[in-house]
Amino acid sequence: MKKAILQIENLTTSFRIGNKYHAAVDDVSFTVNENEIVAVVGESGCGKSALALSIMQLHNKQRTKSEGNINYKGQNLLKLNDVQMNKVRGKELGMIFQEPLTALNPLMTIGKQIEENLDYHTELSSAEKKNRTIELLTQVGIPYPERTYKQYPHELSGGMRQRAMISIAIACNPALVIADEPTTALDVTIQAQILDLLKDIQSRTKMGIILITHDLSVVAEVADRIVVMYAGQVVETGSVKEIFNNPLHPYTRSLLNSIPSAANEKNRLHVIEGIVPSIAKMDRIGCRFQDRIPWIPKHAHEETPRLHEVGNGHFVRCTCYKAFYFQAEGDASAHDITKIR
Amino acid sequence: MWKFILRRLLVMIPQLFLLSIIVFMMAKAMPGDALSGQEINPRANPAELDRIREELGLNDPWYQQYIRWASNAVQGDFGVSYTHKTPVMDVIEDRLWNTVFLALVTLIFTYMLAIPLGILSGRYNDTWVDKTVTGYSYLGFGTPIFIFALIMLFVFGFALDWFPSGGSVDSKVDEGTFAYVVSKINHLILPALSTALIATTSTIQYLRNEIIDNKIKDFVRTARSKGVPESKVYSRHILRNSFLPIAAFLGYEITGLIGGAVIIETIFSYPGLGQLFLSSVSLRDFSVVTAIVMMTGFATLLGTLLSDIILSAVDPRIRIE
Repeated sequence: MKKAILQIENLTTSFRIGNKYHAAVDDVSFTVNENEIVAVVGESGCGKSALALSIMQLHNKQRTKSEGNINYKGQNLLKLNDVQMNKVRGKELGMIFQEPLTALNPLMTIGKQIEENLDYHTELSSAEKKNRTIELLTQVGIPYPERTYKQYPHELSGGMRQRAMISIAIACNPALVIADEPTTALDVTIQAQILDLLKDIQSRTKMGIILITHDLSVVAEVADRIVVMYAGQVVETGSVKEIFNNPLHPYTRSLLNSIPSAANEKNRLHVIEGIVPSIAKMDRIGCRFQDRIPWIPKHAHEETPRLHEVGNGHFVRCTCYKAFYFQAEGDASAHDITKIR
Repeated sequence: MWKFILRRLLVMIPQLFLLSIIVFMMAKAMPGDALSGQEINPRANPAELDRIREELGLNDPWYQQYIRWASNAVQGDFGVSYTHKTPVMDVIEDRLWNTVFLALVTLIFTYMLAIPLGILSGRYNDTWVDKTVTGYSYLGFGTPIFIFALIMLFVFGFALDWFPSGGSVDSKVDEGTFAYVVSKINHLILPALSTALIATTSTIQYLRNEIIDNKIKDFVRTARSKGVPESKVYSRHILRNSFLPIAAFLGYEITGLIGGAVIIETIFSYPGLGQLFLSSVSLRDFSVVTAIVMMTGFATLLGTLLSDIILSAVDPRIRIE
């Protein structure tokens, strides 16, 4: 049995729009174990980043409220105040952001930005901090760490910046790193390098990683477990093997069907019609995916969709997966149907 | 860096040359000359006035006058003031220092107000603190400086009599004494404060908006994700980035104050360059007018250079090679 690092239970994060709160993360539960990469997958607007920022408590407190439990080392992170949370952030939980150019302070050298993390969480002397920083830069595969230490973010390439970002996140050997779309802003060859690097660091430090991405090929490459999110909810979760071999939820199947591959190169690529409903306008009763699969009869959906265990730690929300089928031959017809409608 | 500064200084030479031609022609285009005022004097002999004009070369074509003036000006000799009968540089020198002191004190007041108010307003945006500061800013934007300065003069200089209402120093104190310095400062406060209270509002709003912009930048979130305490997030990340444009503006501000003190110096009858400029224009004292405009032009060019240098010093992304 693996040791759990972080247990998220019934996490609901709501944003205030006008005078009302709308849930962007709706009753989400999952666990991250030691030495495990959990991928959180979904389209833009599914609440992936909102989830990440909730764990780190980086939301604007005046406009956001989070309920539920985020258990880390026996304490509920949601109950901590800012001062207590600052001892967790950076030290116990590290975070990697999507766009490394804007996520780094343009006026501070790379070295100082990494050291800042050590400033607040360690008792190292300034010489030790510098040594540790150089060591970190070496670890993340930066070729001239001494030089990079003194450089500014704009002087580095995208890949190098993301490596520097990673070294900030792992500076204090955190137990868990949350990587929010860490490869999205990079080109494909660099993406692979960064993923390898994350995997490599993880295997050495045994830390857990929450990898947030919309790119399923990234997931297939590195993740152990998948959490598929749609409209703020978890719609399917299971091991990578399970999900890729036996995807059940219509959303998961559609996502997988949208990946270009050698097998489907002759056909038009699958498109999931419509967009994720905005949180203010979302219909919160019934299956949230039903509007995007209108050809499935309404009675196939559950009234209040729950997560059903289908064995082997594989869960799927709603019963509609049993009735789901792709519309006939390719998606050209799907386009036509929506046009008629 | 040094090469850059040298190059910029060299570029200034043609700029100043062009400026001098324009200034000279415009000064000459003014109706009348330094002797026009004497024409209504019943004791002045018109023939005598013409003779003096001829003697001073005022009847020569403008380019001859220009060449004569420019060749002297290059050597730092701007001629003799027609009204003060002393070398222009002597007339300007005292006034120049007065204006520089006024500008410095005004600048200090401006930033003393702008920095704390801008920070408060930006950090606690959309609270009552911010709304009060912003309200003050709009009042400042809307108030003409000549009206505000008159009110200040009336209230603090006349009704309450806290500060002297004119001049740059008390005539009764001797130069070089401590009382002299105190008197100088005392004369500066009211005009400087009047300008600062109005001029600071644009800097406040600028700083406020920079802070609000920077607050939501990704690197600020990164800093928080490192567990940096909120006060340090502000001082090390948000404020440093917000001060960049303010620092860059410093160069322009300085020149703006030197060139633009005409109104305030006139209202407070403060003997500075602005006041001298205005009186020289009405007395058609060309030599003084052209010298002042040339100096202000030169100061503006230096100010832009200064701004570039400051910006390159504070922003690593801008390096001048």
